[in-house]
Amino acid sequence: MSFITGVGLTAFGRHEGSSSLDLMSKAAALAIADAGLTRAEIDGILCGYSTVAPHIMLATVFAEHFGIRPTYAHAVQVGGATGLAMTMLAHHLVEAGVVRHVLVVSGENRLTGQSRDASILALAQVGHPAYELPLGPTIPAYYGLVASRYMHEYGVTEADLAEFAVLMRQHALTHPGAQFHDPITVADVMESKPVALPLKLLDCCPVSDGGAAFVVSREPTSETGVRVLGCAQAHTHQHVTAAPALSELGAEIAIARAKEAAGVAISDVRYAAVYDSFTITLAMLLEDLGLAGRGEAASRVRSGHFSRDGEMPLNTHGGLLSYGHCGVGGAMAHLVETHLQMTGRAENRQVRDASITLLHGDGGVLSSHVSMFLERTR
Amino acid sequence: MSGSRQALADWTTGAEAIVYQACAACGARQYFRRSFCCLCGAPDPVEKRASGEGTVYATALVCRAATPETRAHVPYNVVLVDTIEGFRMMAHGDNDLAIGDKVSARFALFAGRLVPYFEKVKI
Repeated sequence: MSFITGVGLTAFGRHEGSSSLDLMSKAAALAIADAGLTRAEIDGILCGYSTVAPHIMLATVFAEHFGIRPTYAHAVQVGGATGLAMTMLAHHLVEAGVVRHVLVVSGENRLTGQSRDASILALAQVGHPAYELPLGPTIPAYYGLVASRYMHEYGVTEADLAEFAVLMRQHALTHPGAQFHDPITVADVMESKPVALPLKLLDCCPVSDGGAAFVVSREPTSETGVRVLGCAQAHTHQHVTAAPALSELGAEIAIARAKEAAGVAISDVRYAAVYDSFTITLAMLLEDLGLAGRGEAASRVRSGHFSRDGEMPLNTHGGLLSYGHCGVGGAMAHLVETHLQMTGRAENRQVRDASITLLHGDGGVLSSHVSMFLERTR
Repeated sequence: MSGSRQALADWTTGAEAIVYQACAACGARQYFRRSFCCLCGAPDPVEKRASGEGTVYATALVCRAATPETRAHVPYNVVLVDTIEGFRMMAHGDNDLAIGDKVSARFALFAGRLVPYFEKVKI
């Protein structure tokens, strides 16, 4: 068994003058304190990557900087799925008895540490160097392609997609750490600047500075335990040109395997944390995971199903779309918020019941997927 | 062994052509060039020149580009096309292309390089 014993999250947005290591350190200190542990008790470190400060040995760079001498440490790179992939690995490492307390950490000054153009260019490199990059695609273009096809096959409209941006903004309004605190409407999304049509500016997550961390341990360190019930991955392709049909994407494969590993059904889930780099990402993943029927996710948003007081509260911190996206730490914020919900510490965002939760991350262009179920134990 | 295999020039090397590979062993088609078939692993897939005919699978009209060279072209339409030869490729196309349109390729200069550019076939 493994437990998420502590979580740490910085505000997302501008952290002028903070390096990636600074943001990682801040989040790590919060997570270790939250777990009620000392630095010396951390014997494993898994960290993400930083596009601002790339390094071939970031985990040891961080360990030295932070002042830990772990017995196990390395970085992990699976794009947006990295946070959950690290959690899955930490779960297995702890279960196998390799380590006792793994610190999972990431942070990046992606907004103030480099220009927006540099961020867009760095991320576009997930494309094929010979067959895609010469065409000048961007990450929004890759997802714009997916969006156009999804809309075509399932009758989803741009106004439908806008609902997800509005929902994430509504949730962010109640979190002081979120990057955005101005309410938006469907009309605002529809009128926002075109980026890679059908995607517009407010369909896209922002670039942020921020850090997130958590500790995965063999045993709970406090009364309320948050246990990893089961998790699974799927990797069907890297490049959008080589992606399978919409009905054969990795989210469906990963969730099927995770359900089997955890021994739960979607009907058992009380809270969902789903990757939302773009509105289309969230719409598709909700439907792939079985949290909504095909083409029905938007109507479920409209009916309040995914709101804080709805049947399936979703990304109550505001998600990547409105809490912000600092790279690997972006999706880790989903897990931090889930943990707060499960331990009854989400303050004005607290949902009624978060006893069993589902998390899902996606990296590349729906290339790499990780699904995970968590359960609250006493 | 593989010395007889000839790499045909295509747009990725500056020639006005779209090239794909066909596996002699299993018949699979692949677009990204490799020295083997990625379906069955057989070596030396045969290189063939594509007709440039196909159907639009998806489109994304890029309005925000990230370099001065590509910004000069906005808006430009990035499209995925399913070719009649049976492989999918990324290219540029007319801004008003719609999914399902029958298209034919020509070549255009984009940010100093030759790229495939699809236009609607006139019926």
